[in-house]
Amino acid sequence: MSEEAKIEGYATQNVLVTTDWLAANLTEVTIVESNEDILLYDTGHIPGAVKLDWHTELNDQVRRDYLDGENFAKLMRQKGISRDDTIILYGDKSNWWAAYAFWVFKLFGHEDVRLLDGGRMKWVAEERPLTKDKPSRPEGNYPAVEREDGSIRAFRDDIGKHSPSPLIDIRSPQEYTGERLHMPDYPNEGAARGGHIPGARNIPWGRLVQEDGSFKPKGELESILLGETGFAHTDSFVTYCRIGERSSLTWFALKYLLGISDVRNYDGSWTEWGNLVGVPIAQGEEPGVFAQ
Amino acid sequence: MNYQEVAEEFTSLSDSDRLQLLLEYADDLPEPPARFGENPELMERVEECQAPVFIAVEGDSDRVELFFSAPREAPTTRGFASVLNTVCNLRSAQEILDLTDDFPSMLGLDKLISPLRVRGMRGMLFRIKRKTRELAA
Repeated sequence: MSEEAKIEGYATQNVLVTTDWLAANLTEVTIVESNEDILLYDTGHIPGAVKLDWHTELNDQVRRDYLDGENFAKLMRQKGISRDDTIILYGDKSNWWAAYAFWVFKLFGHEDVRLLDGGRMKWVAEERPLTKDKPSRPEGNYPAVEREDGSIRAFRDDIGKHSPSPLIDIRSPQEYTGERLHMPDYPNEGAARGGHIPGARNIPWGRLVQEDGSFKPKGELESILLGETGFAHTDSFVTYCRIGERSSLTWFALKYLLGISDVRNYDGSWTEWGNLVGVPIAQGEEPGVFAQ
Repeated sequence: MNYQEVAEEFTSLSDSDRLQLLLEYADDLPEPPARFGENPELMERVEECQAPVFIAVEGDSDRVELFFSAPREAPTTRGFASVLNTVCNLRSAQEILDLTDDFPSMLGLDKLISPLRVRGMRGMLFRIKRKTRELAA
């Protein structure tokens, strides 16, 4: 299957672009790089790309929350991004942080945001041009828009109400069972308990992507996310991980590539649930049942 | 340079220059000798770091030699490794063990790159000290 045919097969168009497409449209769009490694952009990036850091820029530095509308607009203007720009996001680690930034742009209702399929890794592997030159962009035109958390973001109190609808835990199997509190080889970001939210099914994020970092075709995604679980297109979904970044990738796949209308990402994720007093937790390989 | 001089080198700079300096450190991290590539079990993985980074500590209590391996696509981790290499490599075991555990926070990076990321550097220092202690025992 060609890359174009694969992308045409997804439920939503104009949300995922190929490296070929981006190379041909470099100057027509606003390219934004969002990485786990804060210095990676500075070692070389796609020509014209703007750097956006999830940790130090998209998050409020006092509350555990995202920026409010006014500060998001201010950040966008500083970066030379306007409300009607077509934004192409890409990043390291198979686009974890790019997908997370995509989700945050959608919290603010930015209309035209797309992911670069395969992210930074695929662009680099194809030996496409990188530059260290930082773009100089005029200030953007971005109004303050109120963040709309209701439709794509889940909070801890929503989880009990959501159950027994599909809950997808995209962490590693060892994190899911409770054998370990954090990703293999990653720091423990502080959870007091190990395990998963009762009822959650474990579908590690990596199962959705191919070796080059790009998404699997629609049919394969469907058999993993729906076929194996018995969940339906018409169900409401909540995804979570450890801090909400890897689950943004699965949120994106469910909502846009499969076209499921009600999908929310629980960004509090395990670093919140694993520390909450009195909430139910399941350990081991079985999903368990959420006791109301 | 000793650790105070390195900390001073970082904190005397503006925010953006400070990140640039970390990037320069990343570029300067020496590649480990080929024998480690052939025998990766000689190096230990630092689990506290987000990117795969491996360290090896050799020598004796008079002179400790450090080796690091971290991928190019993880410049922040390489930068941390390179800073620790500057202040610890070819020192006596006692000098390494005397280095304050707070050194990673003395570089003025917590706010710029987040405490979570700086924690990876603490993990690296912790493991260097543990292996140094084993060598000196």
